Amino acid sequence: MTSLTARGRGSAPLSPRPRAARRASRLRESLIGWGFLAPNLTLMAIFLFLPILWALQLSFQDSRGFGSPEWVGLKNYAKLVSDPVFWQSFGNTIAFTILTVPITMIGGLCLAVLMNSVLPARGVFRTVIVLPMVISGVASGMIAGIIFYQSNGIINKVLSAVGLYPVAWQSDGLPALISVVIVAIWLRIGFNMIIYLAGLQRIEPQLYEAARIDGASRWQQLRSITVPLVGPSTFFLLIMNVIASFQVFDLIFVMTGGGPGNSTSVLVTYAYRNGFQIREQGYGAAIGIVILIITLLFTFVQWKTSRTRDQAG
Amino acid sequence: MTQTVAIPNKLATTMSGDREPRRKSRSSAAAIGDRKGIVWRSIIAIVVAIIMVFPLYWMVVVAFSPRGEAFEPTLRFWPSAWTTENFQRVFELYPVATWFGNSVVIGLFITFLTVVVNLLAGYAFARLRFRGRNVLFLLTLATMMIPVQAIMVAQFRLVSDLGIYGSYWGVILPGAAAAFGIFLARQFFIGIPDEIIEAAKIDGSGQIRIFLQVVLPLSKPLIAVLILLTLMGSWNDFAWPLIALNDNQLFTLPIGLLYLQNQTAPNYNATMALALISVLPMVALFLSFQRYFVQGFARSGIR
Repeated sequence: MTSLTARGRGSAPLSPRPRAARRASRLRESLIGWGFLAPNLTLMAIFLFLPILWALQLSFQDSRGFGSPEWVGLKNYAKLVSDPVFWQSFGNTIAFTILTVPITMIGGLCLAVLMNSVLPARGVFRTVIVLPMVISGVASGMIAGIIFYQSNGIINKVLSAVGLYPVAWQSDGLPALISVVIVAIWLRIGFNMIIYLAGLQRIEPQLYEAARIDGASRWQQLRSITVPLVGPSTFFLLIMNVIASFQVFDLIFVMTGGGPGNSTSVLVTYAYRNGFQIREQGYGAAIGIVILIITLLFTFVQWKTSRTRDQAG
Repeated sequence: MTQTVAIPNKLATTMSGDREPRRKSRSSAAAIGDRKGIVWRSIIAIVVAIIMVFPLYWMVVVAFSPRGEAFEPTLRFWPSAWTTENFQRVFELYPVATWFGNSVVIGLFITFLTVVVNLLAGYAFARLRFRGRNVLFLLTLATMMIPVQAIMVAQFRLVSDLGIYGSYWGVILPGAAAAFGIFLARQFFIGIPDEIIEAAKIDGSGQIRIFLQVVLPLSKPLIAVLILLTLMGSWNDFAWPLIALNDNQLFTLPIGLLYLQNQTAPNYNATMALALISVLPMVALFLSFQRYFVQGFARSGIR
């Protein structure tokens, strides 16, 4: 059927031999393609896809430690719905995201505007702002733990010295969360600046020139030229920052361990706690599946929009 | 081939950064306003820089302070006496050299494996036509953002079943399944002009030869970015090594750091000394190859 229509449509009917040759060459190219992909596919299949399926299976089981697992259907998910700590962790994750993402992005944009203007030693400043990106989450968390230390840490000493009250960074829930937020912003603002800087450098200088001739103030220029024209960067950063905030682990694990109480527990640390500290692995896997679904949703949005971003810059 | 092809553009332009800010002829009043602006901007920049550097500065101060001084009631921004006792202590009490070596070995293996895998896969996605390519690409994309915490329980069991739990390989193999480099590579390879590859095809080279002898030599900037970012990622990685390593002789530096902190009587000065040791190699790499790092961050969305 297909060969008939193909021949009918083609202006010069091809003899079977070259077609076979062509098919062979296409097959060979396919083989080469798969060959190039084989190492990647093997690793992904074994260490990602297999564990995902396994996690799904585990999430339907009641398996404490290494005892023989028992199929319990949706029990883990039902437990999840009625587990206050899960919801608290969920709420903390969202609070953490809402606190970090806008500040990091606005701060990143401001720094990018600053670094894109006339400024002495710009290179040095830029280096310093990007530098925290190469510091591990663990080291950052430990340094922060010392800086924010409640009894006589440097921040509380400074606060006392200027006549303010020291803050209960470790024993009070909200300050604990805020301390983690501050460190996360410190770690990530450089990335936001880099992306915005790249976005800014694609804006035509003439636009600002024209706006200035029309008497637009700096603020008006920022609002009506800069912010709209870095829109694609903003969207990209929004997704990246939300995903990063959703997955914050190292900092919280090291700085607060989810405490005091559960006031800084987030989804990923709660999944770890269940999987490896309480050793309710089925339940931990179920939380993992929830994280997985949320992450895939965000990734899907990012993918849907990444093309527009690439086109825009 | 002595063509100096301008392919790296896609990567390189992102962060050439130093495009001179526009400055046309101005009236003198505007120039004065501008000078005032520079002063203000410099002040803001200095304040920001101090905030950004302070935590690192404080790590150094605590690492070189006499034990316990950081938490004395007196406010000090400088050690009363610089001492290396914390470093001596940390080396005496813990297998720091071993941990450092583990980080290096694991980092090099992960980097080598990942970069090879990423280059091959990136090239296939960018330049080879085959059935299933788009589906596979989407699949790879989808996995990129999955945090290890989502599947760590199953991954832990898998690694146990494979008999590589508590070994280097238990960290290395799952670590090499990272996909972010594939996108970087793909973007770069798409940017290589068709003519170069067509010319090689006409010369009768097969795909494998083209990849090895034509494409790879043109890809040094890409390879540099991949190596640096992958090395940094594995050097700083925490969650998975935390799960996969149980023997303190196999710890990497981040896990060693946690081990120090979890001692019954934690010595914060020693912890900062080790933190400094663990951070220095990456800071040195970053300062030496900043351009590549920044390009990589910008193109891959690594945060």
